[in-house]
Amino acid sequence: MRVGLFVTCLIDMMRPEIGFSTLKLLETAGCEVVIPDSQTCCGQPGYNSGERAIARDLAQKFLDEFESFDYVVVPSGSCGGMVKAHYGDLFADDPELMGRFERLRPRVFELTDFLVNVLHVEAVPGDYNGEVTYHDSCSGLRELGVKAQPRALLGKMPGVTITEMKDCQACCGFGGTFALKYGNISTAIVDEKCANIAASGAPAVVLGDLGCMLNIEGRLRRTGDTKTRVLHIAQVLAGDA
Amino acid sequence: MQVQSMQFKARAGQKLADQRLQANLKKLSTKFVTARAAAIEEIDFEATREALKERRNRGLETLDVWLEIFEREATRRGATVLFAESTQDAARLIAEIARKHDVKKVIKSKSMVTEELQLNKVLADMGVQSVETDLGEYILQINDNEPPSHIIAPVVHKDKDEVADLFARVHHKPRLTDIPAMTREAREMLRPQFLSADMGVTGGNFLVAETGSVAVVTNEGNEGMCTIMPRVHVAVTGIEKVLPTLEDLATAMRLLPRSATGQGTSNYFSLLTGTRAEGEVDGPDHMYFVLVDGGRSGLIGGAFQEMLRCIRCGACMNHCPVYQKIGGHAYGWVYPGPMGSVLTPSYVGLEKTLDLPQAATLCGECNRVCPVGIPISDLLRKLRERQVDRGLRPWQERAALAAWAFAARRPRLYAALSGLGSWALRRMGRDRGSISKLPFAGGWTDTREMPAPSGKTFRAMYRERRAPR
Repeated sequence: MRVGLFVTCLIDMMRPEIGFSTLKLLETAGCEVVIPDSQTCCGQPGYNSGERAIARDLAQKFLDEFESFDYVVVPSGSCGGMVKAHYGDLFADDPELMGRFERLRPRVFELTDFLVNVLHVEAVPGDYNGEVTYHDSCSGLRELGVKAQPRALLGKMPGVTITEMKDCQACCGFGGTFALKYGNISTAIVDEKCANIAASGAPAVVLGDLGCMLNIEGRLRRTGDTKTRVLHIAQVLAGDA
Repeated sequence: MQVQSMQFKARAGQKLADQRLQANLKKLSTKFVTARAAAIEEIDFEATREALKERRNRGLETLDVWLEIFEREATRRGATVLFAESTQDAARLIAEIARKHDVKKVIKSKSMVTEELQLNKVLADMGVQSVETDLGEYILQINDNEPPSHIIAPVVHKDKDEVADLFARVHHKPRLTDIPAMTREAREMLRPQFLSADMGVTGGNFLVAETGSVAVVTNEGNEGMCTIMPRVHVAVTGIEKVLPTLEDLATAMRLLPRSATGQGTSNYFSLLTGTRAEGEVDGPDHMYFVLVDGGRSGLIGGAFQEMLRCIRCGACMNHCPVYQKIGGHAYGWVYPGPMGSVLTPSYVGLEKTLDLPQAATLCGECNRVCPVGIPISDLLRKLRERQVDRGLRPWQERAALAAWAFAARRPRLYAALSGLGSWALRRMGRDRGSISKLPFAGGWTDTREMPAPSGKTFRAMYRERRAPR
């Protein structure tokens, strides 16, 4: 099984170690992983900023780079959501691209969805010990239906206890450029998230999206919380946390 | 209502700093969100929503036909149906009705469309007293005509103590803090108004074409007083509210109260049809419908037509992380929250509402709870595209995106720049592993650290790993 890994631009630049954790998970599960060197970004920043032409170019680039694989795996709910839920809108006026995309779309998966629903993994390499709480990222949850998958995988790790926080499905306030343009509103929203994480009592929050990760970690650290760990699900599952 | 959406940023800042408002807004999640979640368990939400979406679409696809049928059926039952192209026209028509029937006093039940019309002001200017009788709207009216901050819970931004102070000041009575006692006091103030009014003005949650009826949903019963007591009843609503049949109405009523307040049904539900006929004991002598376009027909056939399905339940704002933090006033017009951020630009102009489509995280919670399946976040994104197309975004933002896109289309350049970026960010955060001040990103670093990267991109590290040693 040849799997194309879309690393995502934020992992590439901000947290390369999560890319390696993802690679490890896929290879341990027996996949032949190929990482196209020409990949950059899925186009979401352009799309959500109303720059449709930019988003369409990058969507077509993604299609060119990834359509030859058996599967494409994305360790991010929002990039996965961009591809699966929104590329169709960008290709709507081009039957040729739309046709190619329709053939690719069912083979694109968010990482945990792929591990659970395609690979049906029985065990994961990680040996994390401790209590965690899980933050559901908006696009993964609402566009891709990622909810049970990460919890099922964490459930396969004997040392892990999941303590759900209040409103785990609520937005963390990141919203891409929203966090920059309306920093004060964004901060008020992430404060709510940080309070719920703290109230859960778990010393670590696990999530599946870099945007939420930088936002939550950035706010926790600024408010003096140096202890609560903010971990990507791939790091925990791969034993790199 | 005057459009004040250009002040969004400043007003949102004030609202965030208002501790009392912040406490009051908690009601949204503790009351409305919880109640809705429980109420939709009683029905098959997804199937009912799909059914209502189809029924609303059926009405909207041939809206002109259903409006004509409505007009015919309502007229046949003694009502007069008037169409208004603009909100000003609508206000003028209502003023003419008041003049024609020598009206001195109007009593109103809750209506957001009359806020679009600035009806109270128009009536006051011609010397007609207009009294709001919905408790929430009454509170706002006696508080110097404060605008509502929510479409179904207009005073959600206030707490009991604020209302107690207001009542004591305006009613000149001892300050009460017991809610039933306060409500009784408001009723005592309103009763003489009910008894002396010449005309009642209501909104209309739905119009039913096949019977020429208007359906009105309330929880206080004041609407009955407004439509039965006075000689004249005027129902004001948007043209998009017409449903073809009573069956459509039944489907809509399964979702409206559940989505709005988490009630299986509202305390009161009126289906008003025609004037008082011979032998009937109640109903008005004169019944008018003022059906307002006010920008609605402009959405038909376009990218935003789906927004016309909206049944004004308020679920999108109750569940919105942004609305939950800033409340309704910051949005600056009649309709706040996600649905308002689509409607306001459409009705009052894209250029007056630049922040509204942008001030959303696109989390999709509004889409999830919408009882008519409107893809609200997609429509907000489309409005962002319109802003770009019409040159309404700041040049700095467009230049930054163009520069980023230039690199993102060129993998080698992108690899070089992202490598440089990673290295630079690492240096900036060297001593602490995070960055506390970043040029051009004050929106982030004023309140958050930017966790520093490890200094090399994944791409570069992966290449090193695979290179033969």
